Amino acid sequence: MSDTREISVTVNGETHKDTVETRMHLGDFLRLQLRLTGTHLGCEHGVCGACTVLVDGEAVRSCLMLAVQADGKDVTTIEGIANGEELHPVQRAFRENHALQCGFCTPGMIISLIAFIKENPGATESDIRTAISGNLCRCTGYQSIVAAGVQAASEMSGAS
Amino acid sequence: MKPAPFIYHNPGSMDELAAIMGSVEDVKVLAGGQSLVPMLNMRYAQPEHIVDLNRITDLSGIEDNGDRVAIGAMTRQSALIKSDVIAAKLPIMIDALQWVGHFQTRARGTIGGSLCHLDPSAELPSICLLYDANLTVHGPDGERQIPMTEWPLAYMMPNLGEKDVLVKIEIPVWSGDYGYGFQEYARRHGDFAIVAAGALLKLKGDIVEKVAIVLAGAQQVPYRLSEAEDYLAGKPLDANNLSHVSDIAQQQEAMSDAYIESDYRKRLAGVMTRRALEAAIERAGGAKPS
Ligand code: FES
Ligand code: FES
Repeated sequence: MSDTREISVTVNGETHKDTVETRMHLGDFLRLQLRLTGTHLGCEHGVCGACTVLVDGEAVRSCLMLAVQADGKDVTTIEGIANGEELHPVQRAFRENHALQCGFCTPGMIISLIAFIKENPGATESDIRTAISGNLCRCTGYQSIVAAGVQAASEMSGAS
Repeated sequence: MKPAPFIYHNPGSMDELAAIMGSVEDVKVLAGGQSLVPMLNMRYAQPEHIVDLNRITDLSGIEDNGDRVAIGAMTRQSALIKSDVIAAKLPIMIDALQWVGHFQTRARGTIGGSLCHLDPSAELPSICLLYDANLTVHGPDGERQIPMTEWPLAYMMPNLGEKDVLVKIEIPVWSGDYGYGFQEYARRHGDFAIVAAGALLKLKGDIVEKVAIVLAGAQQVPYRLSEAEDYLAGKPLDANNLSHVSDIAQQQEAMSDAYIESDYRKRLAGVMTRRALEAAIERAGGAKPS
């Protein structure tokens, strides 16, 4: 018999009560049970960062947290960051700087940068590079992602 | 589903924890999950039971006890890096933490998890060794203290029984003026260190009054470079002595793996030790060795 638990998780402002197998990680729960497939799973062992989501405001790897550990927590995924039709400043900066190609790494990059810029408002280019050092991109060569991060950081910290 | 099936427990108190640990076999304790969950996902680890410590709030916290800092085993790496107590009393730990994974893994990863996983290249166990920390473990026969020198038994094998739980780390701080340096080399920032070195240094004039040097990544467990510590005591840290110490570091055994040969690690051990000491000399107010 599989070991299951009832959990209640708020995802992008909506509370979900659901039964999960205790061995299921949060990334699989979001994708398979809630059908929120914006969170991507690359490696599922903590290396690529594609699966990054916010849990109680902190960026974490959703493949390294069990769904049952998210019980009672507040999760934000890439689907939850825009304000209706209006893109989040980090999303907009990605579009304006051509910071994605295939888009596989993008949700993890954007969520990571949102959390990082919020904690480090004056983030410099080198801070942005450190911030995304745990997120792998196989397409862009990173320059455009760094440019987007720098633009978003300056917008979000209130500079021009 | 990536991990093999297990039965999950999440006790809310130390008493509940003890009751569960006493009643199960084939168990793995889950702390921050940044090493254990990958092992579960890859099915390197297939325990029958997982005991999750994340609900036991008593297990995290940083306490300033004057000449010692006590850290709960479940204290997150992100909490350590932001702590004023750590910044004031154990500043080298802040430097070392910058090298621990990435900010997203530090948000979950804990000091206790890092000590119990005991990766040879891990930064936090080496800092604990540098300070001769004292660990408190809860086991079937109650509580016991383990000095950090007796903690690493072998490659990724801490001095911890299956039913033991590491609960607290006590670190005696260095008082007065002293310098410190932490240096690491990895293929990319956030990757496992190939070699890292940490040094604490107290000078009297230009004479070494007290010194501690630790190396991680070079051998199967972190180790103190006691030969160099003994050599330096009472001597000036001039260019000659610094080179000698760097040579001692380079002459130690070092491991080889699929990517990095032992000779390369040896060379790095010498270079990292030298740089860690140079940073420590500068912070200790000593003259640049010439
Ligand atoms: S899928 Fe989680 S880090 Fe790669
Ligand atoms: S855009 Fe393709 S992996 Fe980053």
